Order: sequence, then C-alpha cells, then structure tokens
Amino acid sequence: MSAAIRITQVSKCFGSVRALDQVDLEVQRGEFFGLLGPNGAGKTTLISALAGLVRADSGSLNVMGHDVQLDYRAARRLLGVVPQELVFDPFFTVRESLKIQSGYFGIRDNDHWIDEILENLGLTSKANANMRMLSGGMKRRVLVAQALVHRPPVIVLDEPTAGVDVELRQTLWAFIRRLNEAGHTIVLTTHYLEEAENLCNRIAMLKAGRVVALDTTAQLLRRFSTHCLRLRTDGAIPAELARGAAQNGGWWSLPFDAFDQVEPMLAKIRAAGCRIDDLEIGKPDLEEVFVRVMQGQHEGQVS
Amino acid sequence: MGHGFSTLFYKEVLRFWKVASQTVGAPVLTALLYLLIFSHVLAGHVQVHGVVYTAFLIPGLVMMSVLQNAFANSSSSLIQSKVTGNIVFVLLPPISYLEFYLAYVLASVVRGLVVGAGVLLATFWFAPLDFAEPWWILVFALMGGAILGSLGVIAGIWADKFDQLAAFQNFLIMPLTFLSGVFYSVHSLPPFWQQVSHWNPVFYMIDGFRHGFFGVSDTSPWLSLAVVGSCLAVLTAFTLNLLKRGYKLRN
Ligand SMILES: Nc1ncnc2c1ncn2[C@@H]1O[C@H](COP(=O)(O)OP(=O)(O)OP(=O)(O)O)[C@@H](O)[C@H]1O
Ligand SMILES: [Mg+2]
Repeated sequence: MSAAIRITQVSKCFGSVRALDQVDLEVQRGEFFGLLGPNGAGKTTLISALAGLVRADSGSLNVMGHDVQLDYRAARRLLGVVPQELVFDPFFTVRESLKIQSGYFGIRDNDHWIDEILENLGLTSKANANMRMLSGGMKRRVLVAQALVHRPPVIVLDEPTAGVDVELRQTLWAFIRRLNEAGHTIVLTTHYLEEAENLCNRIAMLKAGRVVALDTTAQLLRRFSTHCLRLRTDGAIPAELARGAAQNGGWWSLPFDAFDQVEPMLAKIRAAGCRIDDLEIGKPDLEEVFVRVMQGQHEGQVS
Repeated sequence: MGHGFSTLFYKEVLRFWKVASQTVGAPVLTALLYLLIFSHVLAGHVQVHGVVYTAFLIPGLVMMSVLQNAFANSSSSLIQSKVTGNIVFVLLPPISYLEFYLAYVLASVVRGLVVGAGVLLATFWFAPLDFAEPWWILVFALMGGAILGSLGVIAGIWADKFDQLAAFQNFLIMPLTFLSGVFYSVHSLPPFWQQVSHWNPVFYMIDGFRHGFFGVSDTSPWLSLAVVGSCLAVLTAFTLNLLKRGYKLRN
C-alpha cells in the first residue's frame, strides 16, 4: 500500500532563497504527523508544493501514490489543505462557500456532510452569515471546514490554531482526532509545541529548507536525555554546564540520565557563585528538543 | 466538462450578479449617457451608410459595453482573488486548466451579453433599429465577449496589483475599443487613420456586429469573422498555455 504522502528529493528556490533543499519525507496512512520549524523554515512551501500551489524545482511529491503534477486530479481529490493565511470570499455566506467548494470537487449533494462539519466546528449558528461578518477565529473555522468538504483521506493543516481561542482549539483537536481515528491521515504545522507533543505520533523538524530531525515523538523526547533539570538563576551558569544546556526565557534546562548527576551539577553552580531562584526536575519537553535541534547540535543527524 | 467546471462558472456568474447594480446597472447607465450626449451633439449632422446617426451609434455602444464588461469580469475577479488570497480555493480542487479557462471566459461572455442586452433595452427607443441579419449579431457578440474575456484572464493573471490592471485597461483596452468605430464610421477618417483602424481587431468585432443590424458595414462580415475568429484562436491558445504552465498562479 502506498504511503499517504511521499516526498522525494524536493527542492524549491524563490530567487536566491532556498526554501526547500532536497527534502525527503514519508508519512504513512493513519499517522498524526507534525511538521515543525521556525518562521521561514519552509513548512508552508512544502505544503504548497504538495497541494500543487507551487511547483517544486526538482523532486517528486505523491499523495497516496498519485503524483501531484502528473496525476493531479487524483492527488488533489485525496488531499485537504487548510491554508495558513486567513483567506475567504467576501461575496458568499458560510454555507454558500462550502457548497461551492464541494462543487469544485465534483460533489453535488453534500448538505449532510456540510451540516456535520458545521456542527463539529461550532459553526451551525453562522451558516447563513456572510463571510465578511465573521470574526477572525470564525473565519479560521470555515477554512478548516472548506478543507474537509470532500472528505479527503489526507488532511494537512498549516497552523490551524493561530489566533484561535482555547475553546475552539479543543473542539478542533477533538474533531481532528476523531477523523484520525476514523482513518484519516493528519499532517499539522504549529508553533505551539505542546499541541504537537500531545497530538502527533511522529514529528519532522525543518530548518532552512532541510529536514533536521525526523522521529517518533517519544523517541525525540528521549533523544537528548531521559530527565531534565530546570533552573532559574540570577546569572549565567558555568560554561561547562551551559554547553549542554538549552536556554529558554530565564530558564536553563540541563539534561541528565541518572539522578546521582544532580548533586554535582548543583555544586558546580553554587561554586560559581550563582544563586538559584527556582528549580524543578522533569521530563524533557518538545520545546527543549526543538530548541536544541535548532541550535544545530545534531544537525545532519537525521534518523 | 465536469461539475467542477459548472460550479466555477456558476460562482463567477453569481459573483457579478450579487452586485448587479455595479456590474450591470452602472455600465448601462454610462452607455445611455454616451448616447444622449453624442446623439444630441451629432444627430442631424451625420448620416452613416444612409442610417441616422443615433441608430448607427446604438449597436456600437452595445458592442462596446459587451467587450468592456467581458474584460472587466474575468480580470477583476482574478485580481481580487489573487490579492485577497482566496484564489487557493480554485487552485486546490481537481479543476483542469481547460475547465478553469472556459469557466472564467464563459462567465465573462454572460456578463457582456447581460450588459449588452441592458444597453440595447435602454437605448433602442431612441432610434429606429433593424435586425437585418441577426445571426451576425449573436456571433460577434459571443466571439467578441470571449476575446475580451480571455484578455481579462491574461491581465488578471499577469497583474500583481490593481494599478497594473488599471494600466492594462487604460492603455490597451480603452484605446482599442474607442478607436474602433464605435462613434463613427472609419470611412469618415483620413486614409492614414483608416489604415490604422484596419489593424485594430476590435474594429472588426464592432463592424461585424453592426452588420447584423443594418445589413451594411465598412468591410465584409466574412472578413470580420475571419479576423475575429483568428484572434480568438490565438488568444485561447496563448491563455491556455499560460494556465498550463501555472504562470504566476502556481509559481
Ligand atoms: N512566494 C514567495 N516568494 C518569495 N519567497 C518566498 C515565497 N514564499 C516563501 N518564500 C520564502 O521561502 C522561505 C520559506 O517560507 P515558508 O513560508 O515556507 O516558511 P514557513 O516554515 O511556513 O514559515 P512560518 O512558520 O512563518 O509560516 C522563506 O524564506 C520565505 O521568505
Ligand atoms: Mg508557514
């Protein structure tokens, strides 16, 4: 059975900017896949290439075995994309937009499914409102709805929760989870790493157009250490420790594997005359892994 | 042609129909004003092909409205979709470039015909009109609308901003339509300008269209048909090629 998404050696330049640099990526059917990376890493470009919105300079992209250029009709029918930009057609109501979008995919009588999507996204009361009248978060919901009208087996969401309130975030993820459980493959980009950590079973990290990490979420979290000592101090910690640490806000995260390593670390900090304001011990979270990967300590080490 | 095509066509028609006062009402009013002013100034002074000037003017104004509105429809729809970003809604579905082209051009033709019919209804009280060879009327209205609809697709794809589209309109479409014999017969021009007019394809659209009303024209309607048909074929091929390559739309 072909993979839900197969991306082979894809490169794309915009002028002198290398937005994608020989990206290889495969997403299996039924996965909940996270695509992470800082601003400008190339996430949206990769999604656009997959959706046929931009043409890759080289390489090939497949959706469930269908090439997005050669066999674009099948590929597009199998793919639902929620764009990052908040776009809408001001001429139409919510329901008109969804009916028209269904029509573009060749679907005539889609009212049942449209009602179901509206219900699940909390849009039922807005069905006959003009798109212009909706708040930003509501427009975002319609964007999600539009990507789902043709029941695509592969769903790609480009930052669907940007500018969205807590309540929708929860209802949205509950809905997307249900779709995933029903067999839909989900690919998502987000800058909320907690979301990715909770939802995704596998994650790819992109940096300057290259895949710099690709692993299951569990493996990624274990990658640098099994535990993590987090400290807030009044000054810089000794260089020896700082080298292995990730810094985030006022906090230092020091990875370690066994608890008897904690005492010596604290002793070194005290010896350096550094005051500890706050301290906790826990599991590493995705944010730390992300920061470390982006700092480049493991660049090129793609597993 | 699948349901994707018919939906896109329907959406494009709905788009202008929802704001019909701007997209149909306004151009009909403009044409009516042209008629009142020009016929007031020139009637009694000019006769063309033995037809009173006001009667001569009406088909010209009708065709000019068809052409300008066909252009306006596809070009403004595309540029708006590009600038606001909602063009992705038609780029994501499995709509072929041929379906895309036909939907935009046919909707432009519909807008052109609706406005043209409106202008005709508003103006034909003012002078006695014949419908001598009505097939020519239909043929040239359809083909002229399709040509300008295609030009609108090209301009809408090419332009990145509204002012670029305005430039296309002001420096190409407007001169071509105004210098095509809408307001006069080219036979009344000095020989040099007659020659120039014969290089303007819009002249043949209007001349052929007018032939359908009066049964006489500056050139043979068959020659006009050949010129207009060739223009349509070339423009269609050109536009389809742009769309196939994804020029600017899927850059
Ligand atoms: N149409 C374009 N023209 C020129 N450069 C572009 C274009 N689209 C993207 N880029 C450039 O390509 C690079 C990758 O951009 P992309 O939008 O894919 O990043 P991203 O990972 O989605 O970022 P973000 O998290 O901010 O959404 C950036 O350097 C960007 O400036
Ligand atoms: Mg992006």
